[in-house]
Amino acid sequence: MSVPWLASRRTRGVLPGNPACSGCPHNIGLKVLGRVLGDKAVLVVPAGCTSIIAGYWPRGGLEFPLLHVPFASAPAVASGVRAALDLGGRGDAIVVVWSGDGGAADIGFATLSGAATRNEDILVIVSDNEAYMNTGVQASGTTMWKALTTTSPIIGKTEERKDIALIMLMHKVPYVATASIGYPSDLAEKIRRASEVKGFKLIHLHSPCPPGWRFDSDKTVLVAKLAVETGAWILWEYDRGNFRISPPSTPYRDKSRRKPLTEYIKLQGRLAHLTEEDVREIERRIDENWNLILELEKYYTSHVKA
Amino acid sequence: MRVKVLMGNTAVAEAVRMAGVEVISAYPITPQTIIVERIAEMVERGELKARYVRVESEHSALAVVYGASASGARVFTATSSHGLLYMYEMLWWVANSRLPVVMAVVTRAIGPPWNIHSDHQDALTVRDAGWIIGFASSVEEAFDMTLQAYRVGEDRRVLLPVMVALDGFTLSHTCEPVRLPEESEVRGWLPPREPLPFKLEPGSYFAVGNLGPDEVTMELRWYIWRAMERAKHVIREVSADYARRFDRSVHGLIEGFRVEDAKYLVVLAGAWSGDAMEAVDMLRDEGYPVGLVRLRYVRPFPVEELRELASSVRAVLVVDRAVSMGHMGVIAGDLVSAVRGKVTVKNVIAGLGGVDVSPDDFKTMIKGFIEEYESGALDSWFYTEWYMPWVRRG
Repeated sequence: MSVPWLASRRTRGVLPGNPACSGCPHNIGLKVLGRVLGDKAVLVVPAGCTSIIAGYWPRGGLEFPLLHVPFASAPAVASGVRAALDLGGRGDAIVVVWSGDGGAADIGFATLSGAATRNEDILVIVSDNEAYMNTGVQASGTTMWKALTTTSPIIGKTEERKDIALIMLMHKVPYVATASIGYPSDLAEKIRRASEVKGFKLIHLHSPCPPGWRFDSDKTVLVAKLAVETGAWILWEYDRGNFRISPPSTPYRDKSRRKPLTEYIKLQGRLAHLTEEDVREIERRIDENWNLILELEKYYTSHVKA
Repeated sequence: MRVKVLMGNTAVAEAVRMAGVEVISAYPITPQTIIVERIAEMVERGELKARYVRVESEHSALAVVYGASASGARVFTATSSHGLLYMYEMLWWVANSRLPVVMAVVTRAIGPPWNIHSDHQDALTVRDAGWIIGFASSVEEAFDMTLQAYRVGEDRRVLLPVMVALDGFTLSHTCEPVRLPEESEVRGWLPPREPLPFKLEPGSYFAVGNLGPDEVTMELRWYIWRAMERAKHVIREVSADYARRFDRSVHGLIEGFRVEDAKYLVVLAGAWSGDAMEAVDMLRDEGYPVGLVRLRYVRPFPVEELRELASSVRAVLVVDRAVSMGHMGVIAGDLVSAVRGKVTVKNVIAGLGGVDVSPDDFKTMIKGFIEEYESGALDSWFYTEWYMPWVRRG
């Protein structure tokens, strides 16, 4: 699914002039989603940035049939929509939860876990901008260690972030992947593959946020790419027993090929206060994360496939 | 029509089956659990062609049926007490979305301390959200109200969610004979849900619940307000039609008991109304001119009926099983505003936490109320008292 193919699609997902901030990563993700599944998807959107991006009545900023729902409810509402569409002979529709990190990893986590446990035939996309951005940049469960937010304004966040994709993988669902708005072809491919899987699917989408992370709004894609190129964000895909590191991240299995972490960090105001020691600690945690992902890949390749 | 002995919970499940409900979701909580256990069994046995969604919380239970209802399905959920409070946010979302969700609330006290027995605090605490709220007083009525809930809620003049409250244990776990109509007759009386004016399907580009001008929020609440007013008429009409069709004697927003020549009126809702009626009978035998009004619905509130009845009596006693802290009993507060000071109202709070209230207790309360009124002791126009005979007052 090349970028020209995406550009040629009739369904757009995002309409011109919607109320997203300039440089908004959600718009990029929604564009890719619209271009891959625009004619098949029904969207369920919990409270978050996308509640605003979807537009102001009686107009709309998104080209999807869309249900706005309370913060902690989206995967459950999607389960109900799924059940009713199946009964009404619309089993072909793809029910998509488009959620932020708060809606999926924090306030809505029990709901997400419940839907995954039931193996509901829905696709959950967690567009993770690593804080509660819509309410003004407060720390969330996925905010990285040390990052400044309005509820960790001086010292930075004191806790590690949780890995929602791995947590969901351990729910034994058929499809879990990470993705990045910096790699639209990879994201498009994952959305397409997920949409062909019956059962619960989750894509954890890395979405750097210009106002929240304090970088210039023309650098969203650059920051997203640097997250992958420095190894800070690892793209992987689990599809019914197969676990593999995705092509954009493949070179960075080799630590020596990763760009220096400071290239990613120095663009972000939220990390401007880090000491050299902090950076070394973050690097150590990134290495630890790589070891875990590589071990998982090895495990699934040697044990599960056989 | 055949007579079957059923518990309140199984009677509700039977009504759900006959209503041809398509999506059910619930989380277990005592004393509601048997309803959804029975429904799960019906679905697994193939007696009910529906999807049963086992969720991880009540919030999600209502979210699931919300999603299914917004996509056109006929739905059902059930809960009690803390489960209902955990749903609170979704209750408003469902009402503001004008979806005819039907929910059984098996009433139970709210903790702490933990208590599984019935009072009406749970159902009455959520009365402002925009749900129609009915209170059954027998197992048969719980069955009837559940079926009627679909006709009322899905009526184009209404389009609101409906709560059917039945007292925990007193109705939910108590066996009573129920005159069950034939399933084919019920299907004739309750046709499948009409298709929604919109379709939440791929290719139909619209959004439900978008941000909008503040005036839209207010207008939507006003539409609900008007739908509630119309619901009074629709409930009277639908329940009367049901009563004719299935040979029932009770219908409408209230049930009057020995009210014709009454000079004093007792007002209450729920299963204990039967005990209060026994007390009224005993007092009539002793020559007290007392009648009783049982509220079948508390939302919409039967203002017209109550005003008319209250205008011909000397005083009204409201016995409440739920209280609005800092003011008075919940139903008493509503009644006082409905009768606008035209009649003296005494309010007794009783039976909280499931404390048993016998016909003799009712007799004591009612007699005390009449004597107080006649001796001029009820000097203010409304007055609240807690009935706790086990507490020795100094």
